[in-house]
Amino acid sequence: MATGAYGISFGAIALAGGLDFWQTMALSLLMFTGGSQFGLVGVIAGGGAPIAGAATAIMLGARNALYGLRLSELLDVRGGKRLLAAQLVIDESTAMSIGRDSDRAARLGFYATGIGVFVCWNLGTAVGLVGASWLSDPSLLGLDAAAPAAFLALLAPRLRGREAWAVALAAAVVALIVVPLVPVGVPVLIAALVGVIAGLLPGRPAGTNDPADSDGPDHDGNDGGAADTRRHDGGEVDGRAEPGGA
Amino acid sequence: MSLWIAILAACLGCYLFKLAGLSVPRTLLERPKVQRISALLPVVLLSALVAVQTFSTGSALVLDARAAGLAVAGIAVWRRAPFLVVVALAALTTALVRMWIPGS
Repeated sequence: MATGAYGISFGAIALAGGLDFWQTMALSLLMFTGGSQFGLVGVIAGGGAPIAGAATAIMLGARNALYGLRLSELLDVRGGKRLLAAQLVIDESTAMSIGRDSDRAARLGFYATGIGVFVCWNLGTAVGLVGASWLSDPSLLGLDAAAPAAFLALLAPRLRGREAWAVALAAAVVALIVVPLVPVGVPVLIAALVGVIAGLLPGRPAGTNDPADSDGPDHDGNDGGAADTRRHDGGEVDGRAEPGGA
Repeated sequence: MSLWIAILAACLGCYLFKLAGLSVPRTLLERPKVQRISALLPVVLLSALVAVQTFSTGSALVLDARAAGLAVAGIAVWRRAPFLVVVALAALTTALVRMWIPGS
């Protein structure tokens, strides 16, 4: 349900942002990771170059690699099955998989959630597209404010601890400072550098040179190794505010 | 056409990241720096997107009705409102402010 509703807002925002029906559906069917989809649409809607939108989307999708890493042992998929399972590696399927007691429950959680979200997300997208196509001027309904609100809702669950807040604020300020100076769409990519630099800096108190081994202030244990996989509580990927392929 | 190419390229890139996690040796992605950066990337990208899409139009910084929409969205997120409620409140607020102050 929540995923369908989230998909509806994606369909509506994508159409308002200038994508056509099939371009939007291609994103939901093929990209199938909500945060990246909103990211690409957001850059295009703001008048940015398609390449900048693609770069933003791909960077937002990088975290799925970490999820896959956690899932690879649980799922133990090979060959063609792995190629299919990979498409289902998203926030929700990961959250519903790695907290389970047995491998069987983990696999069931992964596939049931992944397929369920895929279906709801794509149906929602289609409904949103059809609904929004009835509107003549999206900005009249404030739909241009819907995208940043969606980003804010996606961002909020990740703002745990002072470091995450500081890095987020720095990124926002840097992006706004360069808005008048660089082509549209590029400020977001420059802000990505803030994340890379912050990630390279030692983020833990003196004496710790292995920041990701303990729970950093910007995480909740979601970045640990195999040891904490089974008792993972969903944490960062629990997706309260991002119920849909984010 | 270039939009289609960008869309398909981005889809491929996102898919390859998903596949990479299931395929690459754990040691590479488990390096602490790599983990930290990939955890911080969504934070900085989303934060920058919020800022840019609220306070700029093209290459100009602007303060308009979207700011009011975002403020309401912020309150809604803080009050743990569902995603769709957050988005709808932001759009509604922005539309109302525009009716009240034309051109904003």
